[in-house]
Amino acid sequence: MSDTTMTARYVPNRLNNRAHRVLRSWEALLLVVAVGVFVLNSFASPYFLNVWNLSDATYNFTEKGMIAFAMALLIISGEIDLSVASIIALASTAMGLAAQYGAGTPELVMIGLTVGLLCGAFNAFFVTVLGLPSIVVTIGTMSLFRGISYIVLGDGAYGGYPDSFAWFGQGYIYWVFTAEIAIFAVIAVIYGVVLHKTNFGRAVYAIGNNPTGALFSGIRVQRVKFILFLLTGLMSGVAAICLTSRLGSTRPSIAAGMELSVVTMVVLGGINILGGSGSIPGVVIAAFVMGLVTFGLGLLNVPGIVMSIFIGLLLIGVIALPRLWLMIAAKKRSA
Amino acid sequence: MVLRHIPIREAILGAAILVLLGVVSTRYSGFIAPANLANVFNDTAPLIILALGQMVVILTRCIDLSVAANLALTGMVVAMLNVAMPGLPIPVILAIAILLGAVMGAINGLLVWKLAIPPIVVTLGTMTIFRGIIFLISEGKWINAHEMSAAFTGFSRAAFLGLPVLSWIAIVTVIVFGMMMSRTALGRSIFAVGGNPHAAVYTGINVGKTQFLAFVLSGALAGLTGYLWVARYAVAYVDIARGFELEVVAACVIGGISIAGGIGSVGGAVLGALFLGVVKNALPVVNISPFWQLAISGSAILIAVAFNARAGRSQGRVILKSAEGSV
Repeated sequence: MSDTTMTARYVPNRLNNRAHRVLRSWEALLLVVAVGVFVLNSFASPYFLNVWNLSDATYNFTEKGMIAFAMALLIISGEIDLSVASIIALASTAMGLAAQYGAGTPELVMIGLTVGLLCGAFNAFFVTVLGLPSIVVTIGTMSLFRGISYIVLGDGAYGGYPDSFAWFGQGYIYWVFTAEIAIFAVIAVIYGVVLHKTNFGRAVYAIGNNPTGALFSGIRVQRVKFILFLLTGLMSGVAAICLTSRLGSTRPSIAAGMELSVVTMVVLGGINILGGSGSIPGVVIAAFVMGLVTFGLGLLNVPGIVMSIFIGLLLIGVIALPRLWLMIAAKKRSA
Repeated sequence: MVLRHIPIREAILGAAILVLLGVVSTRYSGFIAPANLANVFNDTAPLIILALGQMVVILTRCIDLSVAANLALTGMVVAMLNVAMPGLPIPVILAIAILLGAVMGAINGLLVWKLAIPPIVVTLGTMTIFRGIIFLISEGKWINAHEMSAAFTGFSRAAFLGLPVLSWIAIVTVIVFGMMMSRTALGRSIFAVGGNPHAAVYTGINVGKTQFLAFVLSGALAGLTGYLWVARYAVAYVDIARGFELEVVAACVIGGISIAGGIGSVGGAVLGALFLGVVKNALPVVNISPFWQLAISGSAILIAVAFNARAGRSQGRVILKSAEGSV
């Protein structure tokens, strides 16, 4: 990466080249945003700086974050999974159904994970075996999976989960550290190591940058993609367990629209939506930024839907502003 | 030779719709009565109009996820205008709706064109922003039928030659888009940009500008539909048409428009929308709970994509065979 002169010579597009250099310090930029939001929050509301509040604030992003890691790998490889929220609905419905027959916590967890994996495998089959574009396939399975939940549940809801099941969404590991944040942290470390320290992670980047090149360098592209879809399915299963446990009930509309929050989180984390670049630490910081923004605005009594304006502006702003700034700088230089 | 000139995807999709109608009519013969079919068409008209805009965007290798939010925001603005100024003539309202929608489309288009931000990111962002703005301007309140003027709500339902105006607007849009895609330079450059952007540049087509225009078209249609939607259902609220953007994309995908750009037709988009419309209207008639609708449209999308991919592949083989034969 030190040969910037080489890059300058071979990539004539000046804007792209410079934007790339800024993007490399994306995590630093995000960290500044996160600290800024934190400071703003603590000035804006007297209730913010309270460990119990801050601990509750983590619920705003942990479930989405768990999926975001798997989604990050998938997007780096050049694919996308829009069905994650529907997988949550289906896994949650299956767990609810099992709970009606008196399933215990271990069985419920197994069912949640299995349904997640099966849904992931279903997506993977269409994308890797039949060679269809993932965005369309997962728009289809998004309707299909949620549709099945609606067929099973209709207007109804499932409750009556065993008491021990509540630990995943409501329990504490130590003092203020919730079980969810612990699961989130463990998953973050695993994905960080897998993506940045293993051959599998390198293969993911290679596929995203140049699928044909990756294939010819001996990477089993389809198999890697199959595994990545299994992972987003599995993570959706984990998120379904946490979310169902936290809410204590299952409705077919559970986690509606969450797929877009997850993609927002991933893109905010500096993962290139076109594939090939990004990092896990970026996604972790982006998760905290989104959690802090929603939590801070919530303390200020800003309604949920207005928060979405801030998230939308944040998403476009963090990508547009550096490019805009570089364009103006480039224009000044040429003038 | 003759077979090559029949658009196979449209023919099969059309046949599928006819079979669907036939199956439904065995359970309830009233479904295929002309009056009922006209109702189904009118129900599907908003989806048809939006699918045409989305088709143009997808053809240029972009995607517009903000159409439903654009529709809802425009609908809310014109409804509020109507409450504030009940005397405003309908043509002015129509012009405002189309213009407002086009401006929102232009915002998407500019971000894609000038800043080269991926369309899915841009429209994901503007989708949430537009929805939030609806809440800000309406303060979460609903605007109900009794607050709207009779002329405002009556326009889209007024019958003309036996069909409501809403249906006629869909028909006119289909004709205009059919002409535009096949007879104008813009239509040709839209196909060219999606088919091969690099080659398009060398033929003098401005790729970014074409994508910008596609977003403006999609936005203008979303704005138009926003007014028609609010007028037809005589109610405006924050969550209008939530999630409808995916139904619009689904209609395009079922209609054989390639998400990779460059391949698709006006007829396909219309048939895709009609297919979803018939399914939606037929379910209650044949006593299937409407909860099945999502699962059915999801399966239809998967089958349609799988079929289209296969059709594309076999076409390649046929060309190869004839080339071998001629040698």
